[in-house]
Amino acid sequence: MARFIIRRLLQMVGVVFILSLLLFFWLRSLPGGTVSAILGERATPETRAALTKALGLDQPIWVQYGKFLGRAVQGDFGASTKVLPGADALDLFLSRFPATIELSFFALLIAVVLAIPLGYVSARRANGPLDSGLVIVSLVGVAVPVFFLAFLLKYQLAVEHNVFPVSGRQDNLGCTRVTNFFVLDGLLTRELDCSVSALKHLVLPSVALATIPFAVIYRITRASVIEVLGEDYVRTAESKGLTARVIRGRHVLRNALLPVVTTIGLQTGGLLAGAVLTEKVFNWGGIGNALADAFQYRDYSVLQVLILAAAMIYVVINLLVDISYAVIDPRVRTR
Amino acid sequence: MSPTNPMNRRKERIDSLAETSGTTATLVREAGSVDEKPGVSLIASAWKRLRRNPVFLLGAGISLLFVVLALVSPLLAPHDPAVGYLLDKVRPQSNPVPGPEPGFPLGADDIGRDLLSRLLVGSQQTLVVGVVATLFGLAGEDAEEHPAGAFGGWVDALVMRIVDVLLSIPSLLLAFSIAALATRATQLTVIIAVAAVQVPIFARLLRGSLLSQRHSDHVLAARALGVTESAVVFRHMLPNSLGPVIVQSTLVLATSIIDAAALSFLGLGNPNDRRPEWGQMLGRAQQYIYDSPHLAVYPALCIIVVALGFTLMGESLREALDPKSRR
Repeated sequence: MARFIIRRLLQMVGVVFILSLLLFFWLRSLPGGTVSAILGERATPETRAALTKALGLDQPIWVQYGKFLGRAVQGDFGASTKVLPGADALDLFLSRFPATIELSFFALLIAVVLAIPLGYVSARRANGPLDSGLVIVSLVGVAVPVFFLAFLLKYQLAVEHNVFPVSGRQDNLGCTRVTNFFVLDGLLTRELDCSVSALKHLVLPSVALATIPFAVIYRITRASVIEVLGEDYVRTAESKGLTARVIRGRHVLRNALLPVVTTIGLQTGGLLAGAVLTEKVFNWGGIGNALADAFQYRDYSVLQVLILAAAMIYVVINLLVDISYAVIDPRVRTR
Repeated sequence: MSPTNPMNRRKERIDSLAETSGTTATLVREAGSVDEKPGVSLIASAWKRLRRNPVFLLGAGISLLFVVLALVSPLLAPHDPAVGYLLDKVRPQSNPVPGPEPGFPLGADDIGRDLLSRLLVGSQQTLVVGVVATLFGLAGEDAEEHPAGAFGGWVDALVMRIVDVLLSIPSLLLAFSIAALATRATQLTVIIAVAAVQVPIFARLLRGSLLSQRHSDHVLAARALGVTESAVVFRHMLPNSLGPVIVQSTLVLATSIIDAAALSFLGLGNPNDRRPEWGQMLGRAQQYIYDSPHLAVYPALCIIVVALGFTLMGESLREALDPKSRR
């Protein structure tokens, strides 16, 4: 098991290396080059020359890449130009990351808690009215632009009817900050009203963000359970007279959940793209909102950190999925 | 590379779709000897089942209606979509978006242009974005594959590794990053950004599909008969690979339209809206979302219906071409 994890970690190094190359060339191909991208179009020739020298852009390309790599390893990606002018891009990312993790966690929780049982029930009654209805819901869920759904929820339930708050992460209650996960903070400091307020703010954005993962996880669960139900070992288990509960838990779900675990991992990585849109609609103080602003106003220092982080998160999640795979399925370990 | 490499997850899914093509060809022949007339082609037997599938008919109907609408919409539109007829009714403070009135059943947008005409004509650019993005995705896959294949060795390996890493960035985020490279966004930059994301997926799909056929019986039989290598590839392998590529194309059409809307929402879309596009209309409408939600709802509904149509068609095609579904 330890060797398995070490091998994965070594492969990750290779992936991150290629990623850094891509990011380096992405930055170089920006409109007007890196200098204009950082200084904007109205910079004087003197400041441009100074920055060109400071960034080492007058040196050979492999030296430039080496320096870029050196700065990246030290966490120096430059200062934000538009999103939060002057702030260090990495600090900006770190301070906003908990908000996005909190949102993504609840979105994924909603998606998984609904999708797996519904997928199972659907598969048991395949082609029945409930199954057909759920399949249609899942197809519509993928066809609706995420930001439009977010707007609809916000408009109906927050603006027209005052059921949930319109935007932000929490009411202004003067809550103590410990971890910057607002729900958790409230529990830790026993300020329960803080947790409740944070949860209320979480409902709409996490429902909006949950739709696509829900639709995908639901359909994979359904397909996977249908496939496993047709397997010989399920029939054998039934003919042995095992109880429905044992068959469901030990034979069907355990085998059907393998592809589902992969899908959950994939969807977690993809959540960030959805978070960009959802967080913008609800003015959520996470990295998604920062990314949306960075894209809109072309803040390349911030974009650099966020894109690198997004890919790293994806790689780490894949690693976790692989490890959980190895735990669930002993065949994986021996490969 | 071991089969459980972290980057392999998405690849495996794509590859499993690709594999259906190879197996379908042989299964059709097996099935042909049992319960179907011998020599029934894959397309014919798939079509037989599709004809009676209500989901496919609904999806294909919507898609066809959309394409026809896009072609004839300039004739249907009551007004010129680029002219602000009701501009003098626009009051930025009290009445930013003029409501319905005779001749303008859905009212106008924020600079007085007829909303109904814009929606109708918008189908045209929406279709262009979807189709051109899909074609770019297919063509890009071709351009990328050939130098890699021709050089072989480390070039091929490097290109495939880069493709793998690109697959590791959430596709919508990658589209945003590519769109951000353009100083001035145009319809073309939107299309390129949306299409570029699809290239690695198509690349893997076709490659995997061809690879899985390399050792299948019909290719072996063709080789044994002395068919030339290029004829084997173009007449025996490519046609069998087209199934998954067509399925993927219909799904990509739907995603392209939705992704283009997301780009507009973030301000990375085409700012020139003389020729309207639904995603762009939806992106623009957000400024007036509270006072005039209908401005967003109409284009959004159009996008949802069309995306659903193409998705239904693609999914039922996938099912029809999947050998497992015929049991």
